[in-house]
Amino acid sequence: MSAPTVSRQPRAGRIEGIVRRVLILCACLFLLVFLVLPLCVVFAEALRKGYAAYGAALVTPDAWAAIRLTLLTAAISVPVNIVFGVAAAWVIAKHEFRGKSVLVTLIDLPFAVSPVVAGLAYMLVLGAQGWFGPWLLEHNVKIIFAVPGIILVTTFVTLPLVARELIPVMQAQGTEQEEAAVVLGARGWQVFRRVTLPNIRMGLIYGVVLCNARAMGEFGAVSVVSGHIRGLTNTIPLHVEILYNEYQIQAGFAVASLLALVALLTLVVKSVVARWHARSYETGSSWT
Amino acid sequence: MLPGFRLTLGMTLFQVGVLVLLPLAALALKAGTLSGAQFLADVTAPRVLAAYRVSFSAALGAALINVVFGLLVAWVLVRYRFPGRRLLDTLVDLPFALPTAVAGISLAALLGPQGWLGRELAVAGIKLAYTPAGIVVALIFIGLPFVVRSIQPVLEDFEPALEEAAASLGAGGGQTFLRVILPALMPAVLTGFAMAFARGVGEYGSVIFIAGNMPMVSEIAPLLILVKLEQFDYAGASAVAVVLLAASCAMLLVINGLQFWQRRRHGAAA
Repeated sequence: MSAPTVSRQPRAGRIEGIVRRVLILCACLFLLVFLVLPLCVVFAEALRKGYAAYGAALVTPDAWAAIRLTLLTAAISVPVNIVFGVAAAWVIAKHEFRGKSVLVTLIDLPFAVSPVVAGLAYMLVLGAQGWFGPWLLEHNVKIIFAVPGIILVTTFVTLPLVARELIPVMQAQGTEQEEAAVVLGARGWQVFRRVTLPNIRMGLIYGVVLCNARAMGEFGAVSVVSGHIRGLTNTIPLHVEILYNEYQIQAGFAVASLLALVALLTLVVKSVVARWHARSYETGSSWT
Repeated sequence: MLPGFRLTLGMTLFQVGVLVLLPLAALALKAGTLSGAQFLADVTAPRVLAAYRVSFSAALGAALINVVFGLLVAWVLVRYRFPGRRLLDTLVDLPFALPTAVAGISLAALLGPQGWLGRELAVAGIKLAYTPAGIVVALIFIGLPFVVRSIQPVLEDFEPALEEAAASLGAGGGQTFLRVILPALMPAVLTGFAMAFARGVGEYGSVIFIAGNMPMVSEIAPLLILVKLEQFDYAGASAVAVVLLAASCAMLLVINGLQFWQRRRHGAAA
């Protein structure tokens, strides 16, 4: 610090301290009202009538069917997005080619499109009035208002998540290690599994967990294509909506709390991954 | 050249082509089957215009509020060390992970007449649930992480020398922030704003439970699409949807432009 600033240091320091405290307080209050309270409401409402009522809401046949369908949806759309997300990240982060930025924009498109618009778009391809509608009808394949439609739109909505998590991590790693492996005689799949995968492991884990949370919770697009057939094409979020609209508020929140728990678990994984990244970054920089 | 280029490019093109481009093209073509006059009549019907107005204005309001508070939260998380900072940092991602329908019923319960906050606000004469203001609240929840997460990394990389130079030239804390830090953050702030806005315009799940869904007053455009579908008005629903799709594509282009600007500025500074 230079000499002239020293004389007014105490006062400036005091003001800075006050500003600091006020800003931290404002940020905490804002996050408390907008994030923490809504999360607490879910569990408070779910348990309002005690644990017995909470359990009872979860074991109805309709709730079970919704849970099973949600698990099935995630079990198909998440692995599909892992495979394609890793492939997309590999081609975008490790290669240079013309039209790359267009491809990146197209991968991001599902983030920007309203889920309801996405659901409608799928209906216009695969629904009864859609392009392939007559053909599907002829071959007795039902996609819209059935389980395959739900899985398809869920895959669409969660499509960018894995690639988005992996691209920056892969780009930060560069390509030298992979190139060295190729020079040493490694084949394509070996390069990925032995060199790239260990480096992107943590980013991949968070991408998968986030993708899973979004797949289980997708609502707008699924609303359009599900047809809301109880016990058959209702996912957990759709079941929550039905219960809520029937004024079974406590039961609705009880089922919703399952998804809130998945969200909380996702955040736990996120913080573990972030801490791991910070640590490996620190040790990494101390070596160089 | 690393191996797997053709395979992974092929897979990516296949996925993007079949899962993204094909359905969206179907939507655009469906709207294209309407005559120009019919399309115009569909998207300028008073109820449709009102729904667009509700969706766009609520998304705009929420994105503006999120810029202010997102900047505040990012600043506090990056610049200050205090107990619970890590927890808050993690919590910012909650809207990414919590399903929109769960957020919707929870905000409705929180702000409803019987809710923890709704009760207090009712005493003060403020009603948020089942009004357009409730939509803004839901969209603040949905959009916050977009703003915070786009500002945070830029603020973390911010060159302390610039601030020190400003301080040594006699600038106070507020002046330094407004004249030195904020201009440097501008591309990131605008990117976050654009992302929150784009997401807000199309948002459905978190909004419908708290909006009240009164046609002409608090009915959002995505809901109107579903209403038209329930009446088997596929052409009308497509017309409403294609305008939203065009808005999404325009916002995506704006975001890409902003990120290009940010990279160039970042590159120039380094």
